[in-house]
Amino acid sequence: MAVAAEASHIALVQAAAERRFLLNRRRLAGPATIIVGVFGVLPLIIMLIYSFLVPATYGGVEWKFTIENYVGFLFQRDIFDDTLQFVPDYLQIYFRTFVLAGFTTVASLILGFPTAYFMATRPPSQRNFWVFLITLPFWTNLLIRTYAIQLIIRDEGLVNDALKGIGVIDQPLHILYTNFAIMLGLLYSFLPFMVLPLYTSLEKLDFRLVEAGFDLYATRSRVLRRIVIPLAKPGIIAGCILVFIPALGAYVTPLILGGGKQHMIGSLIATQFGTSRNWPFGCALAFILMAIVLLALLAYVRSTTGKAQVLHG
Amino acid sequence: MVDAAAVEARNVSKVFGTGADAVRALDGVSVTIRANEFFTLLGPSGCGKTTLLRLIAGFELPTAGEILLEGQHVEHLPPYQRPVNTVFQSYALFPHMTVAQNIAFGLEMRNVPRPDIDATVTEMLGLVKMAGLGGRRPTQLSGGQQQRVALARALANHPKVLLLDEPLSALDLKLRQGMRTELKNLQKTTGITFIFVTHDQEEALTMSDRIAVMSQGKIQQLGAPLDIYEQPVNRFVADFIGDTNFVTATIDGRAGDYVRCRCGGGLDLLASPIGGAGHGSKVTLAVRPEKIMLKPGDLGTVAQTVYVGTDTNYEVRLGDGSSISVRLQNAADGHAQFTVGDGVAVDVPAGAARMLQD
Repeated sequence: MAVAAEASHIALVQAAAERRFLLNRRRLAGPATIIVGVFGVLPLIIMLIYSFLVPATYGGVEWKFTIENYVGFLFQRDIFDDTLQFVPDYLQIYFRTFVLAGFTTVASLILGFPTAYFMATRPPSQRNFWVFLITLPFWTNLLIRTYAIQLIIRDEGLVNDALKGIGVIDQPLHILYTNFAIMLGLLYSFLPFMVLPLYTSLEKLDFRLVEAGFDLYATRSRVLRRIVIPLAKPGIIAGCILVFIPALGAYVTPLILGGGKQHMIGSLIATQFGTSRNWPFGCALAFILMAIVLLALLAYVRSTTGKAQVLHG
Repeated sequence: MVDAAAVEARNVSKVFGTGADAVRALDGVSVTIRANEFFTLLGPSGCGKTTLLRLIAGFELPTAGEILLEGQHVEHLPPYQRPVNTVFQSYALFPHMTVAQNIAFGLEMRNVPRPDIDATVTEMLGLVKMAGLGGRRPTQLSGGQQQRVALARALANHPKVLLLDEPLSALDLKLRQGMRTELKNLQKTTGITFIFVTHDQEEALTMSDRIAVMSQGKIQQLGAPLDIYEQPVNRFVADFIGDTNFVTATIDGRAGDYVRCRCGGGLDLLASPIGGAGHGSKVTLAVRPEKIMLKPGDLGTVAQTVYVGTDTNYEVRLGDGSSISVRLQNAADGHAQFTVGDGVAVDVPAGAARMLQD
């Protein structure tokens, strides 16, 4: 009896200690939780409310409920007979943004993977140096770096001068203010966000598995497809998310390299809060973007967990 | 040819790094490994045994020399073009594949038809006593089971030569001892040439047909386990395999087929002479502790005893202060035959002492 009582007492003390430990651990995440709550979640709630209100004339809102902002994304209301007419202008901007962000993601994956593989296969003592080089662009402001791209690719820029100089072209190539220019800028700004997670997961890769693949008659390309890529998948997914989602919302790059003529979602939303003075519509645009991204991620998670379950079963 | 060579290394050298940092891992190694042989590369870490294995597998290319597989030059072929398979020290099972997918991998890569792959996978799972576990993930298996999967994955390809890189080192003692017998049986039933790398002399002695003892990038001695143990050619081999007393002695005349070697402390040993060792020359003798008998006497005294279960190890101090270690089986009741302080005479049968080349 005494032993049993002692044991249960010990168990109680242990449980209490465990609770304290968990509580302390939760406190560690406190400061970050507060910051995200105040500056992340709260503004989102405000934006959600605003997106259902009527715009005031000089910015701000009038406190009247409406769904007109969401209707206005796809339709234009005729001023005279009040009928709705389908206008795909905004949809097109969204579509182009997704295509540009998609191309940027694929291009940075194609360029980033070999880079990350190279870094991960250096001797451990040299790897930090390569990581340092990857983070070097962050030492300069994105705005300045984007203007630098503008200087290089403009009609009288470095690229065109060089090509003219060696006689490849007579007339300058119009690169600046095109979708290609935007993509180039996005690729340049977001490439490190692809390389770093790829590097992290390739660095953890056990290269004896690569040797085992070679030993089992797999050629280089088959080792890559059957062993390296599947094992680097967490890094690939993280990298793609880190590039694709910020690229969707990019503002500075399309503004400077697209010349304001080629709207992307980011600059479209910014216009609503600026020159158009239509805050509710801007909020609605932002929420439509968020909904699309969330649905896409959800669909992705569903499809992969489903597959994993089948494999385990 | 009955005794066809499975693998032949001709004057193979491997240097890692360049300039001042260069490390010569293999230094002109030549060895012929026969077909259907259980061949062991034995040596301490850094002796070049794993490098030699990796050169045969194709993970490294030799700096100099030739490697032949069944008479064909392979030294410049990539690993996926060599008819050899490897069982890795860490198993290197693909974590994102099931056991069955792991075993099937090599066959898939060689475009074997699916029904044949499935049949082979089932056969291999049975061979390594893992039937029914094909759907598991490597992470769901114990170390011993992972070991079996690694074996099955390599054997599924019916390689000409199976390379095993310290495959038992990660297992605990009991499992390791069981796997020794199993590996040996597997080698006999499959008839595949096994090249086994280990630093464990007991593993090498129990399983091998022949052993190459390596040190400093060179093969020190090549022979059957009995030869390696009983007739070590040099100090390194005698020291690395089993326990040995090294005794310096002076040759002091002939005694039949043997020469009489005068050691310090009044100990005389009879050993077979080797070339170059004439009357009066100083030699090193190696004597295994278990070959020495002790009797009550006054040549030396027991300075220390260490109980090791079946036997007791004695450290016997001789008259000149040198000591010699002796291993004797314990009496039937388990007690040691002598205790510390006992006066003993040392009796070494003629030929038990082995004269070393260096």
